[in-house]
Amino acid sequence: MLSRVAENLYWYGRYLERAEDLGRMVNVNAHLMLDLPGRLAPGWAPLVRITGSQALFDELHDVAEERQVVRFLLAEPRHGGSVLSCLGQARENLQAARDLVPREVWEQTNDLYLAARERLAGPLGKRARHEFIVSVIRRCQQLIGMLADTMSHDHAWDFILLGRYHERADMTTRILDVRSAHLLRGVEDIQPFDQLQWMSVLKSLTAYQMYRRHVRLRVNGPDVLRFLLGNPMFPRSVSFCLEAVAERLHGLPDHEAALVAVGRAQRMIDQADLERLVDGGLSAFVDRLQLELIGIGDRITVTWFRTAPTAAPVSGNA
Amino acid sequence: MAADGVCFSGLTDPESGPRGGLKNDPSDALDWCYRSDFCDELIGPRGGPRVAARRVWKYLRSLDRHELVERREACEIAALVAGITFRVYHDEGSADRAMPFDLIPRIISLREWERTRAGLEQRVTALNLFIDDLYGDQKIVADGVFPADVLAGSVNFREQCRGVRPRYGVWAHICGSDLVRDADGTLYVLEDNLRVPSGVSYMLENRQVMKKVFPELFEDIDILPVDDYPARLFDTLASLSPRPADYPVVVVLTPGMFNSAYFEHAWLAQQMGVELVEGRDLIVDDHDCVFMRTIHGFEQVDVIYRRIDDAFLDPDAFREDSLLGVKGLMRAWRAGRVGLANAPGAGVADDKVVYSYVPDIIRYYLDQDPLVPNVPTWRCSIRSELDHVLANIDQLVVKPANESGGYGMLIGPHATRKERDRFKKLIKADPRNYIAQPTLAISTCPTLVGAQVAPRHVDLRPFILSGDQQYVTTGGLTRVAMRAGSLVVNSSQGGGSKDTWIVDTNGEAG
Repeated sequence: MLSRVAENLYWYGRYLERAEDLGRMVNVNAHLMLDLPGRLAPGWAPLVRITGSQALFDELHDVAEERQVVRFLLAEPRHGGSVLSCLGQARENLQAARDLVPREVWEQTNDLYLAARERLAGPLGKRARHEFIVSVIRRCQQLIGMLADTMSHDHAWDFILLGRYHERADMTTRILDVRSAHLLRGVEDIQPFDQLQWMSVLKSLTAYQMYRRHVRLRVNGPDVLRFLLGNPMFPRSVSFCLEAVAERLHGLPDHEAALVAVGRAQRMIDQADLERLVDGGLSAFVDRLQLELIGIGDRITVTWFRTAPTAAPVSGNA
Repeated sequence: MAADGVCFSGLTDPESGPRGGLKNDPSDALDWCYRSDFCDELIGPRGGPRVAARRVWKYLRSLDRHELVERREACEIAALVAGITFRVYHDEGSADRAMPFDLIPRIISLREWERTRAGLEQRVTALNLFIDDLYGDQKIVADGVFPADVLAGSVNFREQCRGVRPRYGVWAHICGSDLVRDADGTLYVLEDNLRVPSGVSYMLENRQVMKKVFPELFEDIDILPVDDYPARLFDTLASLSPRPADYPVVVVLTPGMFNSAYFEHAWLAQQMGVELVEGRDLIVDDHDCVFMRTIHGFEQVDVIYRRIDDAFLDPDAFREDSLLGVKGLMRAWRAGRVGLANAPGAGVADDKVVYSYVPDIIRYYLDQDPLVPNVPTWRCSIRSELDHVLANIDQLVVKPANESGGYGMLIGPHATRKERDRFKKLIKADPRNYIAQPTLAISTCPTLVGAQVAPRHVDLRPFILSGDQQYVTTGGLTRVAMRAGSLVVNSSQGGGSKDTWIVDTNGEAG
C-alpha cells in the first residue's frame, strides 16, 4: 500500500473516532447538567478545554453558555475539531483512499458528511440536537461495522484501526484530565455528591454501566481512574486502546520502534500510583501520558508515512 | 440553424395522432407532445419512436408526472451518494458538483453500432501507425501525403519522443472519439482525444444508476452490457509491461484530488484493483526504474496509466515547474523500463488540423476507405480553403487547432458581425492554427426538462483501447447540452449525460 494512502486511512480512522467521541461528550454533558445540582454542574466551558481549542473559542465568543459551546463543538466550520469538520476531514481523507475500501463505506461516509452539513445549517433545538448526535454516533459505528465485515483485514484495515484506537486513547486521557480537575481538590466538602461526580466522569466515557459490572464497590476516585486508564477489557480505557494499537502494529512491517513507544506508554499506566494521582498528581501524569501518545504518532509517521529519502530504493529488477 | 424544438399545445401526439384526455389533467400528465426540428435519436421523422426505442418510449409514457419525477430524484440521489462528482473552479475556490444526469436513455441499434465500431477500430489503428511513423522515419511526410509544415507547426509534437518504439507500435492506448449525428442521420467523427480522454466512469456509473432506477426495463429489453471496460483496460495496460511477469504492477497516475476528473481516476484504480498514485509517490532510480513509496518500502512499477498532460509529466523533460510529475520518468520510458499509457507525444494526432488529414491517413496506411466519415473540414493553412472560410464565415464553425472543451470557438451563424470580424483577423494572423467546418444540424434526444420532455442536442464519446488487442466500448458516453438550443456538451460548461443503450432488436418486428 502507498505510504500516502496509509496516512489517509489512519487519519480517516482518527477523524471518525473524534467525531463520535465529541458527539458522546456533548450528549453526556447535557445529561449531567440535568442530573447534578446547579453548583456542582460541570457547565459547558470544560468541553472547549477538552478539545484544546480555547483560544479560537474566545476569539469567536464572549460567553461559554450551552448555545455557543454546542454550536462551536458541532457545527463551527472555522473550528477544525468540530464534529462537522471532523466528518469533512474523514471524508476528504477517505476520498483520497476510496479505492481501498468497499464502495458502500465511501458512499456512507460521503453521505454522513453531506447529511450533517445540511442538518447543521439549520437551527438545532435540544431534542433535535440529541437525535442528531445519536445518529452521528450510530453511523460512525455502522461504518466501522461495515468495514469490519466487508473489507479484507489487510494493511488498509490496520491503519484505519490504528487511527481509531490512537485517537480514542488520546480522547480518553483528555476527558479524564478535564473532567477530574475540579474533583481532586477539597473532596471532603462535597462528600454527598462525590460519588455522583465520579459517576459523571464515567458517563462522559460511556463507561458507567461497564464499570458497575467490573467494580462492584461504590464509585470512588482511585477505582474510576484504575478502570479508565488500565482496564484491559473495557474498549475505551487507555490500556485497551494501547493494546489494540499494538495488535495492529504487529501486522505491519518494521514495527519495532513503534511497539517500543506503545510499550513505554503502557508501562506508565501499569506503574502509576493511583491513590497519589487522585490526591493531585493526575494533571501532570496525563500531560506525560499525552507526550507518550504523541511519540507513538511520530513513530508511526516516520516509519510508514514519510519514509526517509535516504532509504534509497533497491535497484534493478526486484 | 433552426430554433430548438419546443412543445406547442395542439401539436399531434407522436404515436396516436391528436389527443385530448391527458391534457385535461395538467397536474399528473406529462406533456408528451414531443417534437424535434432535428434528426432525433429516439423519435423517427414521422413522429413515432424508432424501432430500438419503441419499448422504452412506451414504458416512459406509461409513467405519470409523479412517477417520472420520483425516478429522476432517485437518479439524482443515487448519483450523489455514489459521489459522482466533478470539480468546478470558480473565484471562491472549488467545489464538487454532481454532473447533471438525464434519465431518458440514448438508444442505438446493435446493427448501426457494429458498423461504427469497425470504423473506430480502423481509425485508431491508422492513427497509431501515423504517430509511430511521425516519431520514426516520417514516411508519410516523405511520400507527400502529410505536409511537413503542418508537422512543423504542431504544438503537441514532442521532439523527446523521436526514435522511441513503444510496444506493438501503439502510442494512443486509450482513445476517446467524439461522434455526432447530422441531419441526414450519418454519424461523423468530430474529434479524436488521444491525450487523456475522460468520461468513461460516467458511462459506467450511469448504467449502474439506470439499473437501480429502472430494473424492469433491463429485464424486458436486450441491452448490451458495458461493465467489462475496467477489466479490458487492465488487460491493455498489463500488455505494456516491460517485465515478463504474471502480475505486472500497474498504477493510475493522477494530478491529485483537486483535478476535475479525480473521481474518475480513483474510480478506475478501484475498478482495476491497482494503486492510485500521485507524482510524489513515485521516484526513478539510477537504473531508470520507477518505484512507488509504500508501507513496505519501495516497490517497482511496470505500467503507468497517466492522467497528467505531457507538459507536467516530468520536470526534467518538459515543464521544470511541474509539481505533479515524476523526475526522470521520460528517461525511464525511453529506456523501456516502464510502460506509459498514453505514450508521451500521442497528442500530435489529436490536433484539429491533423484531424482533417485522417481520411488520407487511413487510406495511406491501411489502403482502405474510412468507414466512419470525418466532418468536412477546411484548413486555413491552405490558401484556397482559407479564402473560402473568410468568405463564408457566417455559415461555418471556426475552431482553433489545439483547444479542447469547446473553448475559443466561433459559431458563425450565431455570432455577431463584430465577433466574426475579430475571428477573421485571428485567422489571417495565424492560419495554421484554425480550421472551419460546416454548422452541423446535430441530432437531439428527448430529455426531461422540468416536468416536460424536450429535445436536447447530444454527442457520443466511445472509448477505444489498443494494446496487444483492440477493444471498443459498447456504445459510449452520451453527453447532452442541457440548455435549449445549446450545442455545448462539455461538463465544464453545464453539459450533462445520459445512459447509452446498444439494443439488439433481432427478433423484434422492424
